[in-house]
Amino acid sequence: MPLSGLDIYKLLPGGQKPPHPKANCKECGFPTCLAFAMKLAAKQAELSACKYVSPEAAARLSDAAAPPIRLITLSANGHKLEVGNETVLHRHEKTFYHPPGLFVRVNDGDGLERVRAVAEQVSRYVVDYVGMPLSLDGLAVAYTSGDPEQYAEAVAAVCKAGKKMLILMAQDVAALRAALAAAAGRTPLIYAATADNWQALAEVAKAARVPLAVRAPDGNLEALANLTAQIAAAGVEDLVLDPGARGFGDSLLALTAIRRLALKQNLRSLGYPVITFPGEGASNSCQEAALAGQHIAKYAGYIVLDHFTPATAYALLVLRTNIYTDPQKPIQVEPGLYPIHNPGPDAPLMVTTNFSITYFSVRNELESSGRPGWLLVADAEGMSVLTAWAAGKFDAERIAKAVKESSAASKVAHRRLIIPGHVAVLMGELEEELPGWTIHVGPREAVDLPGFLKAAW
Amino acid sequence: MPVTIPQTKYAGKVREVTIGATRAEGGTRSRTVTVGGETTLPFLLHEGEMPHPPAVAVEICDRRPADWSPLLYEAWGEAVNDPATWARAAEAAGADLVLLHLTGPVQRADGSTPTAQEARQAVRRVLEATGLPLLVFGPGIADLDNELLVAVAEEAAGERLVLGVCEDKNYRTLVAAALAHGHLVDGRTPMDVNLAKQLMILIRDMGLPLERVLMDPSTGALGYGIEYGYSVMERLRLAALNGDAMTQQPMLVTPGEEAWRLKEAKVGDGGVPAAWGDWAERAITWEVLTATTLLHAGADVVCLRHPASVAEVKAVIARLMAGGKDGK
Ligand code: SF4
Repeated sequence: MPLSGLDIYKLLPGGQKPPHPKANCKECGFPTCLAFAMKLAAKQAELSACKYVSPEAAARLSDAAAPPIRLITLSANGHKLEVGNETVLHRHEKTFYHPPGLFVRVNDGDGLERVRAVAEQVSRYVVDYVGMPLSLDGLAVAYTSGDPEQYAEAVAAVCKAGKKMLILMAQDVAALRAALAAAAGRTPLIYAATADNWQALAEVAKAARVPLAVRAPDGNLEALANLTAQIAAAGVEDLVLDPGARGFGDSLLALTAIRRLALKQNLRSLGYPVITFPGEGASNSCQEAALAGQHIAKYAGYIVLDHFTPATAYALLVLRTNIYTDPQKPIQVEPGLYPIHNPGPDAPLMVTTNFSITYFSVRNELESSGRPGWLLVADAEGMSVLTAWAAGKFDAERIAKAVKESSAASKVAHRRLIIPGHVAVLMGELEEELPGWTIHVGPREAVDLPGFLKAAW
Repeated sequence: MPVTIPQTKYAGKVREVTIGATRAEGGTRSRTVTVGGETTLPFLLHEGEMPHPPAVAVEICDRRPADWSPLLYEAWGEAVNDPATWARAAEAAGADLVLLHLTGPVQRADGSTPTAQEARQAVRRVLEATGLPLLVFGPGIADLDNELLVAVAEEAAGERLVLGVCEDKNYRTLVAAALAHGHLVDGRTPMDVNLAKQLMILIRDMGLPLERVLMDPSTGALGYGIEYGYSVMERLRLAALNGDAMTQQPMLVTPGEEAWRLKEAKVGDGGVPAAWGDWAERAITWEVLTATTLLHAGADVVCLRHPASVAEVKAVIARLMAGGKDGK
């Protein structure tokens, strides 16, 4: 929880009882300690500007300034994956900032061929979603062979397969050292320290300057908090939590509790991103996808899948994009002319707004109708048809402009334009703005478009 | 250092709504389904009550719809040609409720307009084929919906059907029909907290008890606006728990209809990018993930289309309802 200006003031020289001799000395550039405190609270000043703060007060202030959920960074070949630093429980309160990393697990014990094949598949996978290329973040390499050399080879093979992030799932120090050497140049996550081995793993993580995951059994958050506090005190501060919950119900409880404790009670020892393994709590790959979906919506930082198939990867990547979209900024689509089903010069021409839902509903109906068509998207500042019309952002002038600025006139042989039923009143005005064109009033709802086209075109 | 699991206590409670009526209650259903009653956010069972698991409604049509995905015809086989057979298949697939969707000219291969008599007959046959409570939705054309659903309401008087969808433009007719013949309504608004509340007020003001109203905030499928519906549902549920009486309705969503009309579900190999993967796997995952994500936002009734999705979603619900003890 950030400190208020008054809380900060109590820690400054002027707020001490009795006041420090330097109270209100103005050396910080502000007239009083209180004024300086207010600026600090508003993050418009740096504490270092005051030379008279006691070390204890400085420690408390910097602690309070740290984000409640620590930002953890993995890297590979110049790419970064940042998770953490979230500030809300529900996306509508502000937004979720750092989408969870999606990983696929491979076991070194399954042999180099298998590891290489999966790593190549995962590394190559990319799917387009509304013009955005989406891909998975990395591979988690589990040490199941018992042979550090084989483990290092597997890690090297994964590194060679692409530029993905790594999670090293091993508790054996020799295996980890060998794997870290094979992954030189990347910042992987080490998984996982437990009550039994944490000293050794903390040492490895510290030497390699990589983050360390910490695991407690069966959703025991107290054990987890005690362990992270010990490890942080030993000098490893980039930590990731595994509360050990694996099912649908216990994962939801544990991840919700961790998020609330970090945000609402400022519990530092649980103020880290969480790693989950939905495959361990699922009976088939569809259940795994559903559980991974829960983890996307409810607070995971890293999600390690056991099954990779393009179909589930596509669905999960899209869900992640949707949930992490800033709710304050409706997604807009690029205005312009969109061909659906390879339309020819006789295909119908329809106009709508660039509000993403409007666009997708219309596009969707056209696509599922199987009919070719030209969809003209006018710049209505990302509003839906009715809202934009009411706000004057989707009037005859704007629609005419969209027609003229697009290549519509050269793409269609006819001169007929279908407008949404909600703006039927624009018909007359539009025919004036677009001489030579006939305006058709389409249905009000996208869902009726296929029926309308069947009957009217 | 002791760590106490935070427990948020809410003053508000979602209303309980019972769908269907047994003989003793004036209908003919072999069982009823009650949803709602929550005093906590979805599945946070350590801090409040969730007395009823969310229910799964399986969508069927009065005749073979012309516009469904080939995968659905494959899954239901001959059943799609007859609503009674289809209803029995839905029950066998694990449905808690049957959603009978009356087809309109757009969904009919011959483009014909259904008559009130046909609608009555279809509802009668489904009621005879299954003992599950029934939801009946019109084709989605306001005037036609009114005509068909008024007839249906009369035909199935006392059955506590859910009539839908009841929107801003037709709520008067549907609410009056529900009032006259002992039914419920599904009140749908387009993804907006205030519009949802307003419709509940309008419905209540006509005299229909809110114990007979489901709130339908509209569903966007995964990739097609799910985040809007998701957040509106989270906001409605938080408002309900914080005591806003006009948001305290169980929520109904239609992930099946939304997911199955997408290209992702309708178009198979060859017509889509290779990165979309296996057709059936993609389509079912799409429906399941849309449904389970909305369950986490507070859905009380999810309407589905594919029998495989029904099994998957029911398994997820069972495990969520087991709270912290749902092991593999
Ligand atoms: S430098 Fe500013 S904050 Fe520090 S003692 Fe002087 S006036 Fe107060």
